[in-house]
Amino acid sequence: MYETAIGMEVHLELCTRSKVFCGCSTNYGGAPNSQACPVCLGLPGSLPVLNKRAVEFAIKASLALNCEVAPETKFDRKNYFYPDLVKGYQISQYDKPIGRNGYIEFEVEGVTRRVGIRRVHLEEDTGKSFHDVAAERTYLDFNRSGVPLIEIVTEPDIRSSAEAKSYLEALREIMEYIEVSDCRIEEGSMRCEANISIRPTGSSDYGILNEIKNIGSLRGVQRALEYEIKRQTELVSSGGIVLRQTRRWNESELKTEVMRTKEEAHDYRYFPEPDLVQLVIDNSWLNKCRSEIPELPRARRERYVRELGITPYDAEELVADRALAQYFEGVARLGTEPKLAANWLLSDLRRELNQASLAIEQVKLREAGFSELMVLVSSGAIGSKTAKDILGELVHSGVSPAAYVKEKGLAQLSDTSEIEKFVEQAIADSPKIVADYRVGKERALTALVGVVMKLSRGKAKPELVNDLLTQKLNKGRL
Amino acid sequence: MRLTPEQVQKVAELARLQLSLDERERYAEQLSAVLGYFNMLNSLDTVNVSPTSHALMLKNVLREDQVRPSLSQQQVMSLAPELSGELVAIPRTFEG
Ligand SMILES: [Zn+2]
Repeated sequence: MYETAIGMEVHLELCTRSKVFCGCSTNYGGAPNSQACPVCLGLPGSLPVLNKRAVEFAIKASLALNCEVAPETKFDRKNYFYPDLVKGYQISQYDKPIGRNGYIEFEVEGVTRRVGIRRVHLEEDTGKSFHDVAAERTYLDFNRSGVPLIEIVTEPDIRSSAEAKSYLEALREIMEYIEVSDCRIEEGSMRCEANISIRPTGSSDYGILNEIKNIGSLRGVQRALEYEIKRQTELVSSGGIVLRQTRRWNESELKTEVMRTKEEAHDYRYFPEPDLVQLVIDNSWLNKCRSEIPELPRARRERYVRELGITPYDAEELVADRALAQYFEGVARLGTEPKLAANWLLSDLRRELNQASLAIEQVKLREAGFSELMVLVSSGAIGSKTAKDILGELVHSGVSPAAYVKEKGLAQLSDTSEIEKFVEQAIADSPKIVADYRVGKERALTALVGVVMKLSRGKAKPELVNDLLTQKLNKGRL
Repeated sequence: MRLTPEQVQKVAELARLQLSLDERERYAEQLSAVLGYFNMLNSLDTVNVSPTSHALMLKNVLREDQVRPSLSQQQVMSLAPELSGELVAIPRTFEG
């Protein structure tokens, strides 16, 4: 039997406005080579100046991953030659990363897993290259050159492809929550590499590491690792030897293939970047960054379940969207029963949002209005059918739900004598349904309730309608 | 310390430089002389000197995260030896 040891390296583009060492914009979608300057093109005589926010984002990411933050740090040159790296070196961090010795916790099939975070460091992105085999040319766009990246490296604590996927999901959720990266794996703002080795179960030595690059989706990560676990296990159990290789994931053929032999770390000839001065992160700066980190998703989910009585499933759904969770908390703080609010937010409000392609931030019905609507529903002032019907209007107009209900005369009828009129009319208008009821078809009652609701334009209180119908129909029978 | 022509060749490969046999010999000589200066530095007693990565006493030179104008696309493109549409073109590198 073999066991698997996987370590992940994730690069995240930080969502600063400007690049890490120059003022060029980091926006996506600009014309190629329109967001570059002497610094990010590595022109002679230019000097980098560090972006303060990029440092703060790296500190926050480190803190959110429970890392120790280096009180003193620096940048280093990583020398290698590749055409999308204009300077011939990448400014990175070698022996003094901003964060180290952290961990992340997440659930896999209901069990809590903890994965060690070896380091978090800040560096710059390269340009983008496109290869044209037929024309024997490589084309370059330098807009991404110099965009800030953090690299997050785990210990080899991940044991399966499913765990790797859960790790990436948990990491993405945290980074989105602290708003340092938008983590779009398909668009390249989140990039994943995996180091994988297998070893006989119980052995303390790691096997030979293989690095897998070019994984362009979460599903790709899982598939590439599954493929690689199987390949290495088969190789070793048939007496073969795993070579130290860098392999790429071929998404269309669903296999990994050899890329190039791994360059040893010292081949990068790291040395301290002479163009940047040392970076000191003192306690006051650290505390400022710490104070800007919101409650993280896992803690928030647990609090919703424990303190607000939300089901774990609903907590998961609410927390998955930070803005929605914020809205929910606002509504709950105004005294709305949290479970009621969660139900309405996750089903009805979310449906309205989807239909109108709106984000929760754009909705005119704010927390106070939503809370008012919940009061109208829970007090019985309006039926839940009415509330659902007017929700779309409220979302767009932002008028007070109570005022709207009053103006449109939508208050629920709970006056028995008025409802009785509708009930009598429904029975008179629907002889066939009544006949069905009399021969014992229970569903006929539901149909009759529907007729009454329609006659009352949704205002009759359904429980009352039900009672009155049953009374009348059974009285007739006696 | 003396560098061998083989060591020079390895560094040249990392730098993607092609050197003739003659150049390897010559640069081994010259680079060895450079390393010789480091040996001079090594002879100093630094027991009481803490390691540093910078000669300057400056720290935390930072800029606010503000966008400033880049070069125009035309200016960037004019620096390139070969173009293809809005992209810089170079001989194809081995893989993506
Ligand atoms: Zn620039």
